[in-house]
Amino acid sequence: MKIHEYQAKQLFLKYGVPIPKGYPAFTVDEVEAQAKRLVAETGSEVLVVKAQIHAGGRGKGGGVKVVKGGAAEARKVAEKMLGMQLITHQTGPEGQKVRRLYVEQGLVMERELYLGAVVDRDRRRIAFMASTEGGVEIEKVAAETPEKILTVHVDPTVGLSPYQARQLGFGLGLMQHGKETIGKFAKLMGAVYELFVKEDCSLCEINPLVILKNGDVVALDGKINFDDNADFRHKDWEGLRDADEEDPVELEAKHAGLNYVSLDGNVGCLVNGAGLAMATMDIIKHAGEKYGVAPANFLDVGGGATQEQVTKAFKMILHSPKVKAIFVNIFGGIMKCDVIAAGVVAAAKETGLKVPLVVRLEGTNVELGRKILSESGLAIQAATTMVDGANKIVAAVGNVGGAK
Amino acid sequence: MSVLVGKNTKVLVQGITGGAGSFHAKQMIEYGTKVVAGVTPTRGGEKFEGKVPVFDTVERAVKESGADTSVIFVPPPGAADAILEAIDAGCALVVCITEGIPAMDMIKVRHVLEATQAEQRAAGKPLTRLIGPNCPGIITPGACKIGIMPGHIHKEGHIGVVSRSGTLTYEAVGQLTSLGIGQSTCVGIGGDPVAGMDFVDVLELFQADPDTHGVIMIGEIGGGMEERGAKFIKEKMNKPVACFIAGTTAPPGKRMGHAGAIIAGGKGTAAEKMKALENAGAKIAPTPSDMASTLKSMMK
Repeated sequence: MKIHEYQAKQLFLKYGVPIPKGYPAFTVDEVEAQAKRLVAETGSEVLVVKAQIHAGGRGKGGGVKVVKGGAAEARKVAEKMLGMQLITHQTGPEGQKVRRLYVEQGLVMERELYLGAVVDRDRRRIAFMASTEGGVEIEKVAAETPEKILTVHVDPTVGLSPYQARQLGFGLGLMQHGKETIGKFAKLMGAVYELFVKEDCSLCEINPLVILKNGDVVALDGKINFDDNADFRHKDWEGLRDADEEDPVELEAKHAGLNYVSLDGNVGCLVNGAGLAMATMDIIKHAGEKYGVAPANFLDVGGGATQEQVTKAFKMILHSPKVKAIFVNIFGGIMKCDVIAAGVVAAAKETGLKVPLVVRLEGTNVELGRKILSESGLAIQAATTMVDGANKIVAAVGNVGGAK
Repeated sequence: MSVLVGKNTKVLVQGITGGAGSFHAKQMIEYGTKVVAGVTPTRGGEKFEGKVPVFDTVERAVKESGADTSVIFVPPPGAADAILEAIDAGCALVVCITEGIPAMDMIKVRHVLEATQAEQRAAGKPLTRLIGPNCPGIITPGACKIGIMPGHIHKEGHIGVVSRSGTLTYEAVGQLTSLGIGQSTCVGIGGDPVAGMDFVDVLELFQADPDTHGVIMIGEIGGGMEERGAKFIKEKMNKPVACFIAGTTAPPGKRMGHAGAIIAGGKGTAAEKMKALENAGAKIAPTPSDMASTLKSMMK
């Protein structure tokens, strides 16, 4: 789960990670009011107005503006920024509508650095990465100049040790700002580690982390992702969720206990198991690439889905106007084929199936499942294998004119 | 022969009185698995299905029943604790089926597991193994089923299967069986980013097992586990390995069902993994329908 920069910074404040003064604002009037408050508090007319969307790369897309004329100018910037479609390399070509802003005190910085913490799955530990190349995409630094990334791994029982923080601090050349900066940096890293563990993060990134003239270390930006698996012990996460930033169908699926990811293609997929669901997407693309046939979604109904969940999943797929055919691919283990079949038939009858439906069933209670489908009176094409199913789908989408 | 589990494996079920635990305990018993004990705190003294004794703690269950393997169906909030309890009680194999355990909990579990294994190594003792979490479990066809896989699709034989995905494992097994090819042992290592045994651990066992003649390895996007498997195949294996990697069409940055199935920072793509495996001498199945036939084509 992703949260906004201003929400991440509220967590930074809670754990003692230094941030510039700033306030969120959802309307132009609020921006002006918060800007006035900041000018009064800091005595400076220099402010930064930042669009709050979940995607990165906001600055290049025009979502971060420095203003030097205080509240009046902040208001003018906000008038343009609120409601704009902000396009960045992470939003896709349609962009993301800006609904929330963050007004922040402008700071004069000496240097921009990078600091990030992630769960390093290959080392099974939390890893801190730091780099002198702040303010740019860290993936790019990792690919082009990996030697510029310094890494330490944290022992989970000991926690982050001061020497590890110093190691990164000296490695970043922070001594040039005075020895106090090393201490400030180490303190900040300790706070980030505490936040990361207590809040069950999967990512916590500060890019850029800046050094000020007086040697202070400040988080100028903040990005936090939470580990969805830990939501049972973080009741406050629901309040941090911004439904506007999420795909409405994906959100609906989540509430129904289904794993769903929207894709660009035209074939709806209903599969049990994440691996099989991915493989189903792959095989549709493999068989249909030349004919403009591709998966419209990833959908894993899980191992223990009920008939109601299957019906719900099926309806969600049918809801999309992109979908020109549906491929149901089930290998029944815990999930019995007859349950899937009954759910599919119920949903198809309820919604009035208007697109071709190919079903491939295998595994537990497969005969019972096939019987339910064949006696349903619906125009269902049965497939024997995944390849067979994919080929039937490609042929079907061609027939209804979905292919380009 | 087989790896990790066989006819004499004695299994205890943690969470045996819960919905999933009781359902699958029954299925395992039906398959012929020796389920000797169950554990549900505060329910000690009961009998599951009138015959399997239930204990309050794993320690007690191991002592009284002689169980050497634990399978865990405990819900996510208590699952990491359940794994630690099984490790501490001296279970040689711990299989965790539970999906949805926080990564932070699994980091701690890994730490304890690695420390335990280090002590065992130093003392020349066999290592405690963890399979999963978020996995279907492990089966040696005809002998022992531990987990949630449909038993009837399997057939006794000589092919090892190791996979990060449950249903794709069934897919591979179904294909093998329909070609008349049996399996020695099938291990589902699970879809979580921080877990127990990885490909290398299982490949090592398959390579050493005289009754495993070939291997199907099923990976997916995310992490570097397949690349490490490829290195092992190249350096240490002389048995044929056929592979499939799911997620060629998965968009970057999106979690595809499994917590671990995500392309992060441009790393962990299917293409990279396939290339590494091909370079190691493994053969990649062109589609998920060709996993068994690809392996068959490599067998003498």
